[in-house]
Amino acid sequence: MEKIRERAATLLAEGVVTLVLGYEEGTKRPRPLFCRNSESARKLIFDSRCIHNLAVYLTKKELVGKDRFAVIAPIATLRSIMQLYVENQLSEDKLLVLTVDPSGELRELVTFEDIAGYVEQFELKRGEREQEILSKIDEMSREERWKFWMEEMSHCFKCYACRSACPLCYCSKCVVEVNRPQWINPWPAPLANMEWHINRAMHMVGRCTACGACGDACPVGIPIDLITRKMMEDMAPEFGYIPGQPAKKGNALSTWKLDDREQFIR
Amino acid sequence: MSSNTDFEPKIIAFVCNWCTYAGADLTGTSRLKYATNVKIVRFPCTGRIDFLLLLKSFAQGADGIIVSGCHPNDCHYTSGNFHARRRWIAFRSILDLMGVDIRRIQYSWVSAAEGSKWADLVNHTVADIRSLGPYQEYQKIADYLEKGGYHGED
Repeated sequence: MEKIRERAATLLAEGVVTLVLGYEEGTKRPRPLFCRNSESARKLIFDSRCIHNLAVYLTKKELVGKDRFAVIAPIATLRSIMQLYVENQLSEDKLLVLTVDPSGELRELVTFEDIAGYVEQFELKRGEREQEILSKIDEMSREERWKFWMEEMSHCFKCYACRSACPLCYCSKCVVEVNRPQWINPWPAPLANMEWHINRAMHMVGRCTACGACGDACPVGIPIDLITRKMMEDMAPEFGYIPGQPAKKGNALSTWKLDDREQFIR
Repeated sequence: MSSNTDFEPKIIAFVCNWCTYAGADLTGTSRLKYATNVKIVRFPCTGRIDFLLLLKSFAQGADGIIVSGCHPNDCHYTSGNFHARRRWIAFRSILDLMGVDIRRIQYSWVSAAEGSKWADLVNHTVADIRSLGPYQEYQKIADYLEKGGYHGED
């Protein structure tokens, strides 16, 4: 932790970067911190409670500015950064990534090649919570799944926190704000909620890196991150990529193969 | 399966202009008879068929959906149907996870020369949907604002 503070302070003092994105102690859990000078770098912390996906800020030009900036990234954030890079949303010369490897050493990753090489060492695994809910869903019949999700979605009040928390939801205009025609009704009702969540999952196909930020952000605790996560796990063998690793040949839905398999088209 | 023998399924067909629409046209000019339950929506290409349109048809009272276009390698725009195929693979999987009845969406490739295949496709789909019955489950949530609360239980 001390090493991160020192390094961030040096980077800022030497003018290598104008901003370090990191975490500080919050009231209940760590919160994001935008360090713009070496004094505020003293507030930086980094431990296993730092789960905010800071990659969400990287596509917001009004926050990160035009100059080079550094971001303190746990492994989930690194995966999001790689996906943003695959989608041409980040440039190498503007970004400096600081991370702490499992042995506690501070690592500085400068190129996307470095990040990709580092991310490859970590396999994406289901946590206890994910395993529990997903195995429960696997055992359900179709009707039970429908009831399960209708019950869960009845809590949704369309705050769109899932959208705001997701680093990959960076469209400047979202389909739910389009009202000519109104694709998805803005009020929280079963149909509108269902359509929103199916829509969100469809837009995440082959892109989601399972960072879980949407699920964490949900104020009513709908396990929405599991929709995109399950999708990622199901589609990975189908479209030939590895969950949690950057897609090398473009996104699943913007590319195709002659021999994509399916059994349902007659 | 369904006790309601009077049930006439409403089926919406999303077809591409270049193959299936022409195929359906051929069915007509060949004077082949097929079920009249289907309403055809013509698109420039299967790649243009937005997945939300399918959900919208269920919400507006469709009991079944047909999605059809050019055979792989026959797309007028070269790769529209390949993109669409990937999208349907993913979409089907999401719908299945959410518990939407995926048996009600029938995907097919029908070329402009396959008038009889189109007739068969419609007849089969109508028979399938007739045995599944009306899609009340989805319509119930669509009617929510008009007909009071619905929170997952019957």
